[in-house]
Amino acid sequence: MSTPLQQPQKHGRLALKLVLMVVGMFGFGFALVPLYDVICDITGIGGRTGGQYTYDPASMQRDGSRLVKVNFITNTNEGMPWEFWSETGGTRVHPGDVKQVNFYVTNTTDRRMIGQAIPSVVPPTAAQYFHKTECFCFNSQVLEPGETMEMPMRFIVDPDLPRNVQSISLSYALFDITSFAAKDDDQGNPNG
Amino acid sequence: MSEVVVTHHDDHHDHGPAKGLARWLFTTNHKDIGTLYLWFSFLMFLIGGCMALVIRTELFQPGLQFVTPEFFNQMTTNHGLIMVFGAIMPAFVGLANWLVPMMIGAPDMALPRMNNLSFWILPFAFGMMISTLFMEGGGPNFGWTFYAPLSTTYAPDSVTFFIFAVHLMGASSIMGAINIIATILNMRAPGMTLMRMPLFVWTWLITAYLLLAVMPVLAGVVTMMLFDIHFGTSFFSAAGGGDPVLFQHIFWFFGHPEVYIMILPAFGIVSQIIPTFARKPLFGYDSMVYAVASIAFLSFIVWAHHMFTVGMPLAGQLFFMYSTMLIAVPTGVKVFNWVATMWRGSMTFETPMLFSIAFVILFTIGGFSGLMLSIAPADYQYHDTYFVVAHFHYVLVPGALFSIMAAVYYWLPKWCGNMYDESMGRLHFWLSFIGVNVTFFPQHFSGLAGMPRRIPDYALQFADFNMLSSIGAFIFGFSQILFLYIVIKAITSGKKATDRVWEGAHGLEWTLPSPAPYHSFTHPPKVSEAEAHS
Repeated sequence: MSTPLQQPQKHGRLALKLVLMVVGMFGFGFALVPLYDVICDITGIGGRTGGQYTYDPASMQRDGSRLVKVNFITNTNEGMPWEFWSETGGTRVHPGDVKQVNFYVTNTTDRRMIGQAIPSVVPPTAAQYFHKTECFCFNSQVLEPGETMEMPMRFIVDPDLPRNVQSISLSYALFDITSFAAKDDDQGNPNG
Repeated sequence: MSEVVVTHHDDHHDHGPAKGLARWLFTTNHKDIGTLYLWFSFLMFLIGGCMALVIRTELFQPGLQFVTPEFFNQMTTNHGLIMVFGAIMPAFVGLANWLVPMMIGAPDMALPRMNNLSFWILPFAFGMMISTLFMEGGGPNFGWTFYAPLSTTYAPDSVTFFIFAVHLMGASSIMGAINIIATILNMRAPGMTLMRMPLFVWTWLITAYLLLAVMPVLAGVVTMMLFDIHFGTSFFSAAGGGDPVLFQHIFWFFGHPEVYIMILPAFGIVSQIIPTFARKPLFGYDSMVYAVASIAFLSFIVWAHHMFTVGMPLAGQLFFMYSTMLIAVPTGVKVFNWVATMWRGSMTFETPMLFSIAFVILFTIGGFSGLMLSIAPADYQYHDTYFVVAHFHYVLVPGALFSIMAAVYYWLPKWCGNMYDESMGRLHFWLSFIGVNVTFFPQHFSGLAGMPRRIPDYALQFADFNMLSSIGAFIFGFSQILFLYIVIKAITSGKKATDRVWEGAHGLEWTLPSPAPYHSFTHPPKVSEAEAHS
């Protein structure tokens, strides 16, 4: 094999390569986070919907031959005291039509709070065909004590929606992010 | 640096170990460190075992008798963490320390000082983790899988200590793995080619690569938890745009290779022992190596079979179901080869062989229940029930743990120079064998009938099976005191062992005197095909 003189160098070089592998895998663990987001956005795993949808109205083909049922579900997360409801539990739309539905929140507490709604679509395969041109879930809501807010949401069901999907459920979970937002403010402060 | 090595090498007159406590604190000798690892893992085995007995005591009858549900949760969590990271893994690293250099004809491990560090981190890591049980709010109570948000938003304050303990355990495992790879790749004696290496060395080489690949991912996921808890990030919090399911993906990307980390060295041990007592060479050596390599590869692409019920797309469920079933093929090759090795062999049934045969049979039962769990539509019924508990205890207790006990009985005469008491060893085996089966076999039935795991109380129809389980657990638990007694008796007053110890033993470690000298193979032996492995 080798003389004793060369052994430590050999070990050192091999150990260095192995350490690089460890560092790489540590990085890979973190790379899984954006990778997961990308995969979820592409495939709609977990019923994720995309961000604000922009399109050319002239190119949108209306499909008048079928009606798709869209259901709206509103939930508040554990520990979120706000009231949260939509003007209707569901509606029927032709794919390609723009439709507006109003949602409402009331801050039932006596303090200023910040809420954030997180959407989710069932069945997950429909998520990529459900486009929102305007949604309160793109921003967080700041409500004074007792304040009620009307929040419009406009959406289009894509005409390419597979024909076997006849009903789509859009669920919003409302989270209390007051403490998160406070931390963000701290970090924005150069002294913080 | 090189100067130092030369002088050190020149005055290498077989000086023995240092005296007293300093020997163990500062040792860089692979045999000393192997011994430390093995005793440490035995201590952790007893602590984790006591926690298991607390669990089984509470479950002896329905209703809450002895502990609060909060404490029960801490017991299940810590039992799992201690057995996985404190008992099974360090025991295998200890065996690797003792055996790998002797099996490949090397004088010591490649990086002896790092070897010392990787052991001495462990007592601190586990001391820190166990200390959380005495803190206000209690220790980890979120299950050994520490799913977010249980382990972030709803965790006790002590979770930060848990996170740093996991970091330390990871660092220790990574250093151990680097050391083992460097030893195997760089320090084999002339003639010890890769395809002549004993199977135990092969399985550890592959295990070490698995460790390097996934322990950093575990470190990453606990770091993300730390950030979510203390620095306001939202990796796993939906409110801030994260996703709790992401935690499960990252955890099981680590977790599935981890379960093979705990079984591949066991395959290696059994592949050493069965040929010895069947007095035949191992059947299908090459296919054994390729089977282990394929199992290791497949372990990276099956993780989501632990989470069929989170709401995965159909295509995902099918992929993870079929890739999981594929693992049965190389595993079947291994079981076939062990049986074929025994076929028409001149078998004798000393304690190590009894444990090895029990391993083959009971591990196969665990493998079959694993196949049942891999069927996605059926998993919806089995998920989070005692069926899962029965499955993984069958592969870990009569699987990994029995192989460790087999290894201790098999190599103990080489380590300490004395034989253990054979009839006591057999008694220990039969008590363990009966205890394990009485404990875990009924859990299949209570699981299929719908008893959920990780609960301190249960519906009345599960009472009989649970009482049986608890009786088995106490038989198994207390028979381990016998194991301790047998080992101590062998070390202090056993009858002298021969160098070869077992009539059918092959491999370099059996060419050394018994007990193995403090420094062995300072001059590399020439290795022939016949003497390389069994």
